[in-house]
Amino acid sequence: MIPVLLIVIPLVSGLLAFLIKQEKSAKVWALLTSLVTMVVTILGIAVLHKPEYLQTNVPWLPNLGSSFSVTMDGMSKLLCLLTGIAYPGILIATWNTSYKNAHQFFALMLLMQTGLMGVFVASDALLFYFFWELALIPAYFLCSIWGGERRIAVTFKFFIYTFVGSLLMLIGIIWVYFHTTDHSFAMSSFYKVNLPGNTQGWLFWLFFLAFAIKIPLFPFHTWQPDTYEQSPTAVTMVLSGIMVKMGVFGILRWLAPVLPVGLWGWGDTAATLCVVGMLYASFVAMQQDDLKRLIAYSSIAHMGLMGLAIFVTSAVGIQGVMVQMFNHGINIIGLWIVVELIERQFGTRKMSELGGLAQKAPSLSIMLVVVSLANVALPLTNAFIGEFMMFNGVFGSKSSNYHYIFTVVGGISIILSAIYTLNMIQKVLYGNTSSLTANARDIRFNEKFVLAVLLIGIVVMGVYPKPMIEATRHAVDAIYSKMFIKLP
Amino acid sequence: MLIERYIYLAIALFCIGIVGVLARRNAIIIFMCIELMLNAVNLLLVAFSKMHHVAGVAKSASAGIDGQLFVFFIMVVAAAEVSVGLAIIVMMYRNTHSVDVNFLNRLKH
Amino acid sequence: MNNVLQLVWLVPFFPLVGFLINGLFRKQLSKSLISIIGSGMVLASFVVSVLLFTEVKNGNTHVANLFDFISFGSLSIPFAFQIDQLSSLFLLIITGVGFLIHVYSAAYMHEERNDHFGRYFCYLNLFVFSMLLLVLGANYVIMFIGWEGVGLCSYLLIGYWFKNTEYNNAAKKAFIMNRIGDLGFLIAIFWLIAKLGTVTYTTPEGTGVFDVFNKLTRTDYIGITLLLFVGATGKSAQLPLYTWLPDAMAGPTPVSALIHAATMVTAGIYMIARSNILYTMAPETQSVVAAIGLATALFAATIAIKQNDIKKVLAYSTVSQLGYMFLGLGVGAYTGAVFHVMTHAFFKALLFLGAGSVIHAMHHEQDIRNMGGLKKHLPVTHLTFLIGCIAIAGIPPFSGFFSKDEILAAAFAKDHLYYYLGVAGALMTAFYMFRLYATTFLGKFRGTEEQKHHLHESPAAMTIPLIVLAILSIAGGFIGMPEVFNMGEHKLEHFLAPIFEASASYKEVPHLDHETEYMLMGISVGVAVLAILVALFRYSKKPEVHEPAGFGKVLADKWYIDELYQFIIVKPMQWFARFLNNIIEKNFIDWLINGVGRTVNYTSRQVRLLQSGLVGNYVLLMVLSMLALFVVKFFLKK
Repeated sequence: MIPVLLIVIPLVSGLLAFLIKQEKSAKVWALLTSLVTMVVTILGIAVLHKPEYLQTNVPWLPNLGSSFSVTMDGMSKLLCLLTGIAYPGILIATWNTSYKNAHQFFALMLLMQTGLMGVFVASDALLFYFFWELALIPAYFLCSIWGGERRIAVTFKFFIYTFVGSLLMLIGIIWVYFHTTDHSFAMSSFYKVNLPGNTQGWLFWLFFLAFAIKIPLFPFHTWQPDTYEQSPTAVTMVLSGIMVKMGVFGILRWLAPVLPVGLWGWGDTAATLCVVGMLYASFVAMQQDDLKRLIAYSSIAHMGLMGLAIFVTSAVGIQGVMVQMFNHGINIIGLWIVVELIERQFGTRKMSELGGLAQKAPSLSIMLVVVSLANVALPLTNAFIGEFMMFNGVFGSKSSNYHYIFTVVGGISIILSAIYTLNMIQKVLYGNTSSLTANARDIRFNEKFVLAVLLIGIVVMGVYPKPMIEATRHAVDAIYSKMFIKLP
Repeated sequence: MLIERYIYLAIALFCIGIVGVLARRNAIIIFMCIELMLNAVNLLLVAFSKMHHVAGVAKSASAGIDGQLFVFFIMVVAAAEVSVGLAIIVMMYRNTHSVDVNFLNRLKH
Repeated sequence: MNNVLQLVWLVPFFPLVGFLINGLFRKQLSKSLISIIGSGMVLASFVVSVLLFTEVKNGNTHVANLFDFISFGSLSIPFAFQIDQLSSLFLLIITGVGFLIHVYSAAYMHEERNDHFGRYFCYLNLFVFSMLLLVLGANYVIMFIGWEGVGLCSYLLIGYWFKNTEYNNAAKKAFIMNRIGDLGFLIAIFWLIAKLGTVTYTTPEGTGVFDVFNKLTRTDYIGITLLLFVGATGKSAQLPLYTWLPDAMAGPTPVSALIHAATMVTAGIYMIARSNILYTMAPETQSVVAAIGLATALFAATIAIKQNDIKKVLAYSTVSQLGYMFLGLGVGAYTGAVFHVMTHAFFKALLFLGAGSVIHAMHHEQDIRNMGGLKKHLPVTHLTFLIGCIAIAGIPPFSGFFSKDEILAAAFAKDHLYYYLGVAGALMTAFYMFRLYATTFLGKFRGTEEQKHHLHESPAAMTIPLIVLAILSIAGGFIGMPEVFNMGEHKLEHFLAPIFEASASYKEVPHLDHETEYMLMGISVGVAVLAILVALFRYSKKPEVHEPAGFGKVLADKWYIDELYQFIIVKPMQWFARFLNNIIEKNFIDWLINGVGRTVNYTSRQVRLLQSGLVGNYVLLMVLSMLALFVVKFFLKK
């Protein structure tokens, strides 16, 4: 029931939003429905956690062996929660931004939420693919209509790139489907499939490409900085905060348990890509002047770590990934909010044109500093928990031959992340004011409110991560054991 | 009567139609050639149907008349085509003062 | 009577509250209220620490489990505090010296704008909180939390005057250098988890790291201890990661006293003293620690001789003294190292605060060439500063003598070469400290008329901490009086014995006979006195005001280490980053990806030519394809 609501509420309200012509009422409508979705999510996680509330299974395409089956299990819980609470946060934080044809904008945003929720709760491969694409289409329109100057070219690339990946995955899904014993797309049937090693090897790459493009992992990342830069910031928040987690989630739910042998065989190769990507993205981030691009590259580095922790297959690492998916979403949305506030006030995102904000806008500065520190995974912020567990998992991995090297080389990205993040703080906040920032004002109440909530969340989750770890623990155990059952 | 003779006739008609379509540039002649090809097929259908009927009538009275039914369909559709096609040709003539199909090669650009 | 020990959480709790209050209401509260809250909270911690200390002195220790921090599978990392001899000693130093410096700060920073004043105290309280976490943590992860926390506060406080780009650069440098070390520390933690499955120091069930360390192999010992030591070199400013500390003098002077002299930089010593058993099991690492410590001690001392910034001299002196502590750790004199941490906290905080008082009086002038003759204008500062100098030079019975002597004696027992080099360092220490003293306080005043006009002794809030620290610098050494003097046992050694018990059972700390010990003391004191006399004679009348030349210039320019790092690390890294960004990213990866698109475009352009627009062509193609199908179907199939 709950997962169906999570899909239906944004879907219906998104379709209705097309009919609302006034900007203000469209905004309020979007906010209200996203709040309802959030409440439903929280209900599902905290109150109604009996299986009958959290699972629905109705026939969809019975001839094909596909059903509309959705579950909110330990794995999807945190991500649904992230999607649920991020939306109201994003809407409130960008409340003062105005859009042309606002009703369409908010309608598409809500439709995208449908897709995201669907991806996280789907327990049928075809349904998963369906929502996977459904999330992409609104994103395409949002970027290409409301984006920046180069939006058409950039979104075209984004769409084609991710779409090609998705098609490869579709081939993979169909291949696995034909080898299920009961010709079904159901997750449980997929998990039972036991393909020969070399088949798993090439199937791995079909799935891997789709997810790697989405995450994005080096060297499939080039769509991402451009898209983040050109999209309206609210969309960037959804893309980077939630949508890229679809890739990681996809690996954990559809790749690792279905093709464990392929993952083992190619794990070190994929992990090497991740590590190289972490360093590469960190170095490139050091050279950026545009705040959005800097954060985009920093995100590539952090997502690379998640990939690494998965591909070296260790339980602690996967647990860390679960926690980090949520935390990274929160942190990066916080960063985008600050960027949005800066851009709206000064009309630029170039760090070289900013400076001295610490004198003029102390609240904004505190927020930026705290979120940035979370971004470099300082202890007692949420990201430390995830990164600690992931690195710990990588170091202690038993299936990878190069896990020590991975830890050390990946660890260097921690140092590099400090370098570019502190550079950013220095250029934006410290020093003397520039001509643009001389008359800066501090942030408004609604912005302060969202950021304060985020900030408290960052610290609370960093100090007491136990509930989060507990919530995902069983899911991790389940995935991990499935990865071992199929061992030859 | 052997079925082969019908087939040879139909092939001959069909080939004439093809060559006509390939070689001529006048839209009306091309159009007529297409009709020729259609009728070649019609002829075949009728012939097969008739021959087939002899073998099948023992089982069912209506056996083998499907082919003849098809012919009627084709003739009706062909009639419709003629009206549309001729209209196109008329419009083409109005616009280009010619019925030469090679004038209409703008798809290339 | 374990009730008192259960209050241990109060110690970090107070500064945390102070941080929150001052942070949230820094605009509303008045300056006096801010300073009262800021210092009061640290005072409260100090009181609790004293209570705890009296309890620990009776031999009680306690581990307070607050809650589960990270626990997964068999790995469980509780958020727990451990109060024992080592941590309670550090608590006293941190909260005691911390309190004095808070009081001092209230006067020193009085000219700041109200909200900046609040920000300052809020950072300072956060620092104390993090430092307390560091020493109280009952496992390496909590220590690491404090470890990074103090790094953050150090960053914030060095860059406190954020308008100045150079200060920001210094702050950034400090944070990044520390992060390099932190990576080592972090990997050491992972190593411990991988091998032992725990990071807790010790548990009643005997499952902690120090209970089951026997499971480790030789490689593990060496690897873990070396990695931990990498962390220590970052935090405690040892070669090769020391360059951030002199730059860190950009922060307000009380910050330099608290963070960059008395507490944070000694975290590395605390960490190694805490893990002493691991180091005892890895003699190879111990040699590395001793070598690096000694090298740093000498290296930094040479630079200090030619510095003219009053704070820079003290900064290099700090680096050098930290080197001595590492030498002590390296030769197995754990007690001596901890003892030196304590005495150093007293006299170096005193020296920094004295320097702050001078800077305050001179209106933010830090160049000692523009000072001189301050003796009569700043009597209290002068006297306390002199005490600090004597203490650091190692003249008995001042505190520095006892602690340094203990380290040097242990070094002598280990290897005579260590000892002689150590004495050479002590010689330089005495020399540069008295050069500083003579140039600043003796001779004639060399500043501007205006500065001279404004010269004044600092207010009581600044002089009282100076006096208290001076007394501690004189008397602090007596708790570690060596047994040679027949005044009873070595109190500190006795107190800390349970911490180093295991190490001692594996390797006896060699004891020198009394004659040797007297001889060693004689040598070091003689050398120090000689250096002091030379320095006084040389600089009191005719101070060095010209730019140094020749080798002196190399020293004044710090052996060009910063330039070297710039040249071999920073520049290549920037170059590499630029290469990746401009060449690889734009012209290679994106080119490849777009290449796929270009191929599609090109192919379609070629294939498009088939679409000629001539109906005849299409029909011909159709017929030909049909023929081809026909041929394939009927002739080639069989």
